[in-house]
Amino acid sequence: MMENLGSHLPALTVGIPMLFAFALPLIMRIHAKAGPIVGFIGMALTSICGLSLAYQVFSAGPQAYVFGAESSGLTLPPDSGGVPVRIIFSVDAFSAFMILSISIVALMSMLYSLSREKESEGQSTFFALFLLLVAGVLGMVSTCDLFNLFVFLEISSLAGATLVAFRIHKGIAVEAGLKYAVLSTAGGMLFLIGVGILYGQYGSLNIAYIAQNLKMTRIDLIALILIFMPMAMKCGAVPMHFWTPDTYSRAPAAVTAFLVVTSQASMYVLFRVLFSLSGLQLNPYTFGWIIIVLGVLSMFIGVTMAIPQKDVKRLMAYHAVSQSGYMLLGVGVGLATLNDPVLLETFGKQAMTGGIFHIINHALYKGLLFLTAGAVIYATGKRNLNELGGLGHKMKYTMIFFIIGALAIAGIPPFNGFASKFILYESVFRFNPFLAIIAIVVSILTLASFVKVFHSMFMGPRLPQYAKSTEVPKPMLYAMGGMSLLVVLGGIFPNIVVDSIIEPAVSALIERSEYIHIIMGG
Amino acid sequence: MLLNAAFIVVALVAIIGMATMLFDKNLIKLTMGLVLMEGAVNLFLVMVGYRQDGIAPIFTSAPDGQMVLPTVQAMTLTSIVIGFATMALLLTFAVVLYRKYGTLNCDFINKLRG
Repeated sequence: MMENLGSHLPALTVGIPMLFAFALPLIMRIHAKAGPIVGFIGMALTSICGLSLAYQVFSAGPQAYVFGAESSGLTLPPDSGGVPVRIIFSVDAFSAFMILSISIVALMSMLYSLSREKESEGQSTFFALFLLLVAGVLGMVSTCDLFNLFVFLEISSLAGATLVAFRIHKGIAVEAGLKYAVLSTAGGMLFLIGVGILYGQYGSLNIAYIAQNLKMTRIDLIALILIFMPMAMKCGAVPMHFWTPDTYSRAPAAVTAFLVVTSQASMYVLFRVLFSLSGLQLNPYTFGWIIIVLGVLSMFIGVTMAIPQKDVKRLMAYHAVSQSGYMLLGVGVGLATLNDPVLLETFGKQAMTGGIFHIINHALYKGLLFLTAGAVIYATGKRNLNELGGLGHKMKYTMIFFIIGALAIAGIPPFNGFASKFILYESVFRFNPFLAIIAIVVSILTLASFVKVFHSMFMGPRLPQYAKSTEVPKPMLYAMGGMSLLVVLGGIFPNIVVDSIIEPAVSALIERSEYIHIIMGG
Repeated sequence: MLLNAAFIVVALVAIIGMATMLFDKNLIKLTMGLVLMEGAVNLFLVMVGYRQDGIAPIFTSAPDGQMVLPTVQAMTLTSIVIGFATMALLLTFAVVLYRKYGTLNCDFINKLRG
């Protein structure tokens, strides 16, 4: 029985949050107080499934799940003529890595919002939408079917936009939600046109099948660019970053922490399309440089825009843009060296390791920072840095968690940001020293910016208007504490994380034939 | 020849939708432009999957002839449902914004700056 359960984990990971999302409003109607607890149980079950799926994939190899087949591993039915016809989930090490990071951040955000939203109205809808967002994102990273990917993308966009606009806040939040919804939908349509073109060419929606048969004609290139652009927009790369600060700064803190991961799921799709779908046929050097330029622009423009901000969450949102530049830079260097095995071995793989490692690190410390900003806003009701001050006297724990997050984002040892950034500097320097220098400068500017935030939020004398502000409730502290613990552990034992999780993810991304093999066999 | 005409219609509808989205400042019209573009995409999907004299593979009544897997039709149906949900959400946002700001003109809905 347990063995059987293990093979169904990919479906359960997406199915459980979706089931709970639709059951929650019903449960709330029967028993009004039970909603948040049931939502949390649903999230905990999802995380358990996600973590055990990740463990299973890292220990036993990639796993395919076919919906509606006689057995869950039967990707090519005997009468199908070698074409995968059903919707297939395929979880390899890179997907498992994303599922791991999503499970952790989603659980912590849920724990945080459990007490953050305690007094608010519409809790059942809030938690239902949150679970739906989690389901959409988990689906995006585990599916192997392009149209299915589009559906999950739209689920996560719609749930995300609604959550951003959830606390109307005199209409400002709705404005941010509108922006997110319009851009996601327009991007989703471009994506769908690309998928349609690929289906017209190859008669299948399965990524592995298309990858195996890809001829890379001019029309395929158009389709891939149509898929590439909306994903680059949704992961917040400059010059398509303009929605990020608005959306991140207006969403409830827990939602923002998870929206970071949502953007990273789009980045996952970007990398999956570049590496697994097209691979060497796409002229990796050119596209690698496109990714590198996007990354460098994001790093630099993100951090320079962050420095003059006064709204604490808006400032952090610009830093999120800047940090995603590091991931693009690392993976871009890997892509640019993909057709040269020697360079790939000497530093390309290492750069990708740094970039991919930065994904989980960023999810953890940026989530932590958004949660601490949310805690400060919760305690004081203010978000303008010029009005805040002296909170260190009252909110000791929040201050400590903030320091951990801020040092991690600035790349100071012994926190996890240092580990991934150091790997990146080292390898990118050998590719092109100039890029590494930009990365280091951006890191220094990040530190400067966070010193300012720290000083204006926590330092200084006690202010009379915050005399009544106290430390935030315990569940919020536990959530922040859990994230901080992982940030510190990732910084102290980076070699364990890299060896057991990151290296398999990187080689799963590079080895295109492995991904095709999961579905197509042979 | 006739098939290509359908693609021209797709392009026309998409351009009208895109122009509406870009040049009209009213939120309702922005939604309309988006829905027009969705219509164009759906038409495109159906066109991609169209085979002349193709028959849907239904087990009980399968006559001789070329069978066509109706994947695109299923995709289009799903995409229509998603488009409907998006439209409902955007219109809800427009209603809330009208209540709070008293206008639907994008020029006056600009409290997010910086």
